[in-house]
Amino acid sequence: MAGDSVWVLGTSMTRFGRYPELDAVDLGAKVCLEAFADAGVTVQDMDVMAAGTLFQANTSMGQRIQKQIGQTGIPVFNVTNACATGATAIRTVYMAIKAGEASIGLAVGVEQMGKMGLLRGGSKEEANVYEPAGRYGAVTAVDGVLGTETMPGVFAQAGMAYAYDNEGVGFEQFARVAYKNHLHSTLNPLAQYQKEFSLEEIMGSPVQSYPNTLLMCCPTGDGAAAAVLVSEERLRSMPKRVQKRAVRIAASVLTSDPWVESGQVQPDVNTLTRNAASQAYEKAGIGPEDLDLVELHDCFATAELIHYDNLGLCERGGAGDFIDSGAPFRDGTTPVNVSGGLISKGHPIGATGVANVFEVTTHLRGEAGDRQIEGARVGLAHVIGLGSSCGVHILEKAAA
Amino acid sequence: MASTQQVPIVDYLRIGVRPYLRASECGNCGARYFDRRNACARCGRVEFNNARVSNRGVLRSFSIVHRAAPGIPVPYVSALVETEDGTTVRSNIVDCPPDPEHVKLGMKVRLATYVAGTDDAGTECVAFGYRPV
Ligand SMILES: [Zn+2]
Repeated sequence: MAGDSVWVLGTSMTRFGRYPELDAVDLGAKVCLEAFADAGVTVQDMDVMAAGTLFQANTSMGQRIQKQIGQTGIPVFNVTNACATGATAIRTVYMAIKAGEASIGLAVGVEQMGKMGLLRGGSKEEANVYEPAGRYGAVTAVDGVLGTETMPGVFAQAGMAYAYDNEGVGFEQFARVAYKNHLHSTLNPLAQYQKEFSLEEIMGSPVQSYPNTLLMCCPTGDGAAAAVLVSEERLRSMPKRVQKRAVRIAASVLTSDPWVESGQVQPDVNTLTRNAASQAYEKAGIGPEDLDLVELHDCFATAELIHYDNLGLCERGGAGDFIDSGAPFRDGTTPVNVSGGLISKGHPIGATGVANVFEVTTHLRGEAGDRQIEGARVGLAHVIGLGSSCGVHILEKAAA
Repeated sequence: MASTQQVPIVDYLRIGVRPYLRASECGNCGARYFDRRNACARCGRVEFNNARVSNRGVLRSFSIVHRAAPGIPVPYVSALVETEDGTTVRSNIVDCPPDPEHVKLGMKVRLATYVAGTDDAGTECVAFGYRPV
């Protein structure tokens, strides 16, 4: 199996934050050039490119970045898949290499959100004359009348549905997730926020959508991340020092949401994550107990908690005990989001799925500085986009 | 009163003496939908019948929304209700203080309708929510 693997050869990310003086093309071009330098290659080497962005999806982002880093005429796949956009870019290049159509390629994810504030949720516009419109024949805006369409609310409901089914899960467990990720972020110079908050501060910060308070929600922001992927054959032709830093992609999986009864009114973030995880573990030939670190999609604290269960990091129904036991803290048995996670590192949407792969790769290389998980050999990166789409990548350190 | 025109906020709400939600139900597997479907998302068949959704259910999940788009009154309780016949519905909890002390997972609720607004022609918009019982 290892003989036809795809490897991460080089990677880079900007610090997530706010870059009002730059645009998304600047941010994307910067990380692409840095990833080339990290990989010891140039744009002339690339066979294929995939570029992911959500809010500028219709702007030929890949080609616009090429105009900054080199127009060599290679195919560009501009991809969008909600919050799984970056993972989709990586998987696109992965598949091109797996198919034998390319031996080396570039995946980049970028987003410039600025201070967008609350995502989703319709405006309250009172109709002048009621006329049925849309697939539900609505005569007026329904957000806030027939439940919530806002992201903090939808993910709050996902967490509370888990609390309904399982003992020992409530406001305090969700808050503890945010406590952990803010704490972790103090060691990550690339995080948008690097500030520790007490559990009391987190629980006492303004409620957005109970049980999610402000400090339990990811911020909006700007950022980019890139990765150069290479075939095993091409890698073996490279210098030993380059091979030594390469990280093997043991599994690359993308799923969509299968039908569930409640899915028409509440996006199901669980089943597609469970499906992606089980496929990824099978492909990689490992189990969740083998993971040295996990970067998972904590867009809200409620989301991280249920993904402990969905990714099999804890026993079925045991996510409350899992966080209470300290297992996902950086000194615990399964460190989760040692980067600070989306909650504190930030979530420029198109960049997120590539940045997670950057983070895991950096740990497996032993180059994560103060936040390094010592001796990390296997890691998992997970993202989910509502709609829905889930990406899981399992990465393995090269054999010494 | 009798001359006041009323319209449902969405077409799957059926208003009248005894309001209820009407779903499109797959003739093969029984999956229910509140919008039109070309084929059943569960089994792929294309035969659908109208089904009357039970007005009674339990609170399966909720969020107390304190931050929403401008003009939407907050706080309000967004809820996922599982009806007695196993259909999940999303709407607001009404006639209940919007705090975790009063909104309890698993509490029994019942469909309630109310006038949510009036347009320039004087037509009333009837919305639905769920009220604790
Ligand atoms: Zn069916």
